[in-house]
Amino acid sequence: MKRPVIEIKDLKTYFFVEEGVVKAVDGVSFEIAEGETLGIVGESGCGKSVTSISIMRLVPNPPGKIVGGQILFKGEDLLMKSEADMRKIRGNEISMIFQEPMTSLNPVYTIGDQIAESVMLHQNLTKREAFSRAVEMLDKVGIPASEKRVHEYPHQLSGGMRQRVMIAMALSCNPKMLVADEPTTALDVTIQAQILELMKQLRDEFNTAIMLITHDLGVIAEVADRVAVMYAGKIVEYTDVMTLFQKPGHPYTIGLLKSIPKLTGNHKRLEPIQGVVPSPLNLPQGCKFNNRCPYAREKCFEKEPELVEVEKGHSVRCWFHDQLQ
Amino acid sequence: MVQKSKSNVIWKRLKKNKMAMVGLTITIGLLLIAIFAPAIVPYDPYTVDLSQSMRAPGQEGHLLGTDQLGRDQFSRLLYGARISLQVGIITQSISMVIGIFMGALAGYYGGKVDEFISYLINVFFAFPSLLFAIAIMATLGPGLNNIFIALGAVSWPGLARIVRGQVLQLKEQEYIEAIRALGGNDFKIIVKHILPNCMAPIIVTATLGVAGAILSEAGLSFLGLGAQPPMPSWGLMLSMGRTYVTTKTWLTIYPGLAIMITILGLNLLGDGLRDALDPRMKQ
Repeated sequence: MKRPVIEIKDLKTYFFVEEGVVKAVDGVSFEIAEGETLGIVGESGCGKSVTSISIMRLVPNPPGKIVGGQILFKGEDLLMKSEADMRKIRGNEISMIFQEPMTSLNPVYTIGDQIAESVMLHQNLTKREAFSRAVEMLDKVGIPASEKRVHEYPHQLSGGMRQRVMIAMALSCNPKMLVADEPTTALDVTIQAQILELMKQLRDEFNTAIMLITHDLGVIAEVADRVAVMYAGKIVEYTDVMTLFQKPGHPYTIGLLKSIPKLTGNHKRLEPIQGVVPSPLNLPQGCKFNNRCPYAREKCFEKEPELVEVEKGHSVRCWFHDQLQ
Repeated sequence: MVQKSKSNVIWKRLKKNKMAMVGLTITIGLLLIAIFAPAIVPYDPYTVDLSQSMRAPGQEGHLLGTDQLGRDQFSRLLYGARISLQVGIITQSISMVIGIFMGALAGYYGGKVDEFISYLINVFFAFPSLLFAIAIMATLGPGLNNIFIALGAVSWPGLARIVRGQVLQLKEQEYIEAIRALGGNDFKIIVKHILPNCMAPIIVTATLGVAGAILSEAGLSFLGLGAQPPMPSWGLMLSMGRTYVTTKTWLTIYPGLAIMITILGLNLLGDGLRDALDPRMKQ
């Protein structure tokens, strides 16, 4: 296996609010290698986005705080870095693209200005050089007539185009790692496919490690190499993408897969996961999924299972994973 | 249409608004008068000629008459535009620097900083601002320079509150988060990305603020706290003419009109700008 670009070890990010402590990310560990895509799936509020802003060290403080763990990027712990050092890393070595392309660009500057700015923040280039780099990046992300488009304002571009601009900005300094927080959620389906295709292409060209956050298993199937399924701030299953779809080990993953409509086979009713996500302030005792799990037994209410490797490269957090398949 | 810049769109919208154009014309006219006053006045505004005292408008070549010291009122009014605009622009600049700085700080950093600045703003708002300015003038002594300080010091809280509100809203925008994720620092984020996005309300407030400052200066000078004789300040001229208000009406009517037209022009322009800069007015 290739050398990991980033290793997250036992990351804990808590939010201290009036009603108590929200353990948004509670002991998450994973790693991503060069040119690899790790998908992180889970429903809203499971800690996906908090994991990503923790890596960027952009957790709003207060109320949020990274209370434990390590984020090893190229062997160095990001949690030990000063804010000034972090600024040098953000955008330069680790970049991020956001969910909402319509609002992720500053309306008062042309897209060329904005890409050029992200270049100039990190590289000692003149405005002219940075601008030609912007044109080059627009070409790379497949924006036609880039020479002309570079002078346009965000409101003159469609959602898909803006997301391409965001990707151009994020990749303008050739980062080692790209964090994509639901990059396709706000786009319509045909554009989604184009953007995912573009991300794959750029990943192969720049050998970037990608952390792709989504709640869409279709997107995962499309681009991810490995997948971490998160539930209530913890990883409940961690494996490669083939295994996830063929031999899911955690009841939550099984439930997610069952709730996807299928084009072929007999058309049964979909089987949704019963219940709702528990309040992060009031998580159940034992396994966090016990109140919604169809297989839950007594043990699940007493003690929380650990994430155990059930076979090589496949970890599951469930007491009864061996009896589920 | 590749480059349809934002200022072009705003200018088009402003042009459609007739009242705003009236305001703009008055304001530009006033600026020209202020700049070229020495070249266009028929008489020296300071020369006392007691033989010409209290001429009615039109008499002996004095378009708007003369005052008790025989000074040409028309020339004095043109020079008065210099004082008024000076006061308006300088006090607004002071108020903008303080207001934007305080507002941006409070809005962006929040927490204790915000609490302190908001508290300060509330204290300022608790005083009637003209009364507060009078108190400052009483401490500093009369004079035009002290007017700048006094009016600047009392007019920033309004702007600070507006900027704070804007920054509070803008800093949560995703593009600000995106810049942070690209490695931008706080200073860059505030100056380059947040403030340009709240320019519209700042411009409107400043335009209306210039009008307010001119009016306050006239008021303070009328009370004898502002410009001192023989300066041709409009407020001071009103004050001098007050004694003769029933007999020599031109001594109060024309300075009053000058103030009125100036304020009207600036307010019309300010209102027009507010409409033109409002993003909801997109056609």
